[in-house]
Amino acid sequence: MAKVKGAIEVDIERCKGCEVCISACPSNVLAMSKGVNTKGYPYSYMLNPDACIGCASCGYICPDGCIRVYKIKI
Amino acid sequence: MSNPIINPKNLVYEKSSVLLDNTMHYCPGCSHGTVHRIVAEVIEEMNMQDKTIGCAPVGCAVFIYNYINVDFAECAHGRAPALATAIKRLNPDHLVFTYQGDGDLAAIGTGETIHACNRGENITIIFINNGIYGMTGGQMAPTTLVGMKSSTCPYGRDVQLNGYPLNITPLLAQLEGTCYVTRQSVHTANNVKKTKKAIRKAFENSMVGKGTSVVEVVSSCNSGWKMSPVKANTWMEENMLKAYPLGDLKDK
Repeated sequence: MAKVKGAIEVDIERCKGCEVCISACPSNVLAMSKGVNTKGYPYSYMLNPDACIGCASCGYICPDGCIRVYKIKI
Repeated sequence: MSNPIINPKNLVYEKSSVLLDNTMHYCPGCSHGTVHRIVAEVIEEMNMQDKTIGCAPVGCAVFIYNYINVDFAECAHGRAPALATAIKRLNPDHLVFTYQGDGDLAAIGTGETIHACNRGENITIIFINNGIYGMTGGQMAPTTLVGMKSSTCPYGRDVQLNGYPLNITPLLAQLEGTCYVTRQSVHTANNVKKTKKAIRKAFENSMVGKGTSVVEVVSSCNSGWKMSPVKANTWMEENMLKAYPLGDLKDK
């Protein structure tokens, strides 16, 4: 079976730190940043990037459309 | 450190270009943002950006025209189906939809909604049901659950005093004019995909003249419910979905 590996890119300034992407991620990749964006919100980032499978669940559930999802076959 | 996977040729998901880059004014985690995004995606997939006219409600989504890059008419409170009727009759080749909350559709606009559906107008009604008046400060709405707290029923909705929650979508499903009535939600990625399919089907129905389509989206209002976004989604699943079960109510 071909393995897949994914990665995401978060629009930090658009992110409001609602954390629904963290709850939607099946691989526990995401976490909230310690720092904040210019609006004062913590933002989502890949704490555990190796576990990402590129399923795009975070992208589908993000209320602000700030997540771009990439996927490759390895 | 740059990640080699992050390359345009590996892109599998990004927001639609029909959704503008303006940061939405909604609270963090609000279901409105998710529904806006999927409406924009469906419009882009149907290649209807130049031929879509939306009818904006009064409520939190009043500024929807700032976020979805199609033509919009701003309707008086609850009157979106009436205005959409006129717009669709005058522009039959356009995709016309209304986007309304529960206070707009199920309280002040009940008459307009029922009559537009009964006439079988070829429009799509997207109904965001979060059981509360989100914009004005979390007051009780017709769809507030029995026992659910709001700023105007702080001890929970009491049936003796406030009556029963209005479950309007099954009412609309009984009308001859509706062709597709469904209830969806956007609290998980899977449900988002189902809602997107439902909106696509509803838009297509309105373009082939089958009648009125109603897509209810059971939503969360974490600020109004005084919960975190993730907890609000869990609460919604445990409580709202019992009173408002998901699924197609009518498909003809």
